[in-house]
Amino acid sequence: MKADTAGKVSRRSPLILAAAGAIILVLLALLPMYIGLYQIQLLTYGLIASIAALGFNLLLGYTGLLSFGHSAFFGIGAYSVAFLLRDAGIRSMELYILIGLPIVAIASALLGYICVRHTRIFFGILTLALSQVLYSLALKFFWVTGGTDGLRVARPTLLAGMLTFTGAGSYQRFVNSYYYYVLGVFAVCVVLMWVIVHSPFGKALQAIRDNETRARFLGLRIRRFRWASFLISGTFTGLAGILWVPLNGLTTPEVLYWPFSGEIVFTALLGGFRNFTGPIVGGIVFTYLKTYAVATTEYWQLLLGVVLVLLVLLLPTGIVGAIAALAGRLRGKERLA
Amino acid sequence: MILLQTVDLNKRFGDTRACDGVNFVVNSGEFLSLVGSNGAGKTSLVNLISAQLTPDSGRILFAGNDITGTSVYDRIKAGIARSFQIVNLFDWLSVFDNVALSIFSRAGKTARIAAIADSDQDVRTEALEVLGQFGLADKSAVLAGGLAQGERKLLDVAVAYALRPKLLLLDEPTSGVSTRDKGQIMDTVSSVVRAGTVTAVVIEHDMDVVFRYSDRIVMMHEGRLLADGTPEEIRANSEVASILLGAPLSS
Repeated sequence: MKADTAGKVSRRSPLILAAAGAIILVLLALLPMYIGLYQIQLLTYGLIASIAALGFNLLLGYTGLLSFGHSAFFGIGAYSVAFLLRDAGIRSMELYILIGLPIVAIASALLGYICVRHTRIFFGILTLALSQVLYSLALKFFWVTGGTDGLRVARPTLLAGMLTFTGAGSYQRFVNSYYYYVLGVFAVCVVLMWVIVHSPFGKALQAIRDNETRARFLGLRIRRFRWASFLISGTFTGLAGILWVPLNGLTTPEVLYWPFSGEIVFTALLGGFRNFTGPIVGGIVFTYLKTYAVATTEYWQLLLGVVLVLLVLLLPTGIVGAIAALAGRLRGKERLA
Repeated sequence: MILLQTVDLNKRFGDTRACDGVNFVVNSGEFLSLVGSNGAGKTSLVNLISAQLTPDSGRILFAGNDITGTSVYDRIKAGIARSFQIVNLFDWLSVFDNVALSIFSRAGKTARIAAIADSDQDVRTEALEVLGQFGLADKSAVLAGGLAQGERKLLDVAVAYALRPKLLLLDEPTSGVSTRDKGQIMDTVSSVVRAGTVTAVVIEHDMDVVFRYSDRIVMMHEGRLLADGTPEEIRANSEVASILLGAPLSS
């Protein structure tokens, strides 16, 4: 749901939305037939980034809390997988998710309990500080975490061991199969998040974002709602970390470092944090943008910085927000004509 | 029957006594206006009753229970709702959602995470009914931030009313709107409140509005209750007239 230029709220039928979603899903499923292996891999990274941004945006776009520490949850998800493989010998992707999700949920609940006692800049600084504590631990406890070398993660089995990846051509088969695996998880995440933000709970979060005082005088327990939002947000981002590490094959403390949190913020801003689809689009676009920026120039951070400045100045509502505004204007012109 | 009673309620801000031993009584079912010049302590009294402020001393009794130390949440659950002097809405939510949230909160449904809010037919019906009562049904899909000031004031009251409180505290529901809109707002508010058998305490500066709609008027001055009576009694009170109007009322 979003506002058009006339300030009206457009309520699209869930059936129409489901049909549109199904068409996009089918198109994404057909895409590997027409693109190369590298592009499939990039798109998989993009979908994972979208899941992370979707979770992050529950906190920013729907609860009004800007976290600079979401790398913590991504990193906890990634390291959970690495530890499960190294210390428990687990190689099943389903077990990584089933065991990893409660771990990131517990971490999110604990960090959230501390952070949601504050708002605005204090909240942002707390999330940043706590994530950097985890980064330091990952860096210094190298006998546990592998330090800067990180931990290697071998290709897992998929679908309860039905798909294994060994022998000749296993890498290609893994990338292809993993794309569909991530696409499936991505679809589930999108549906789940859509239900959450359109539920009474989601509306309450938006009310708290808009006007905390009034929300309190509606009988909403502000801190509990913020904590629940933080927990869900962190868990989604942690799931992205769990999905990312088998594809990347390695996790290092870099995924816990603050610039990675900045990238998640960038992703949400790029797509637009005031609408549901913004972070999804942002995740995919940012992945391509960063990949090609890195390939084009060694000053890729400068390039991304310029994009961020231009984005804030020219497209403050992000790509999706700008497209929606443009579509609204065109509809307005059609009505006048 | 007494619904709300404050006993020797005190609140100071530095050297200023916002409430100075206030013994304030609200009876069930009445439409009471709280008047007084700026700084008289009206909003402070409402803030104390709604738990936005905590008193330095004194007690607040509601429906026979001592609620002095209770939280905002507890007072809302007890049946006290309020609107604000400066409109407090959820500007990025629709008019419908603003009211629906009050109903979800009252019904204890705001923790529902796996259900679509719009598909709750009971809430939908009630929200549209409340919006209809306040003349806002045709604006239900508009963002609250896009309403005109008079409509925002009405929605502010509707959001509080949708909590179905026993006591509704309205802090200047007509401030900042045109004279024409004032009458419209007060007609709507008073008819809805009276039809819903809600007790209302209204802070108001416009004495024409106060005399026209109130069952009882309480006047505050420098943190104390100065006068308490029917509109006729207050109209005849020369002390009130001299403080509020600077001269006695002729009629």
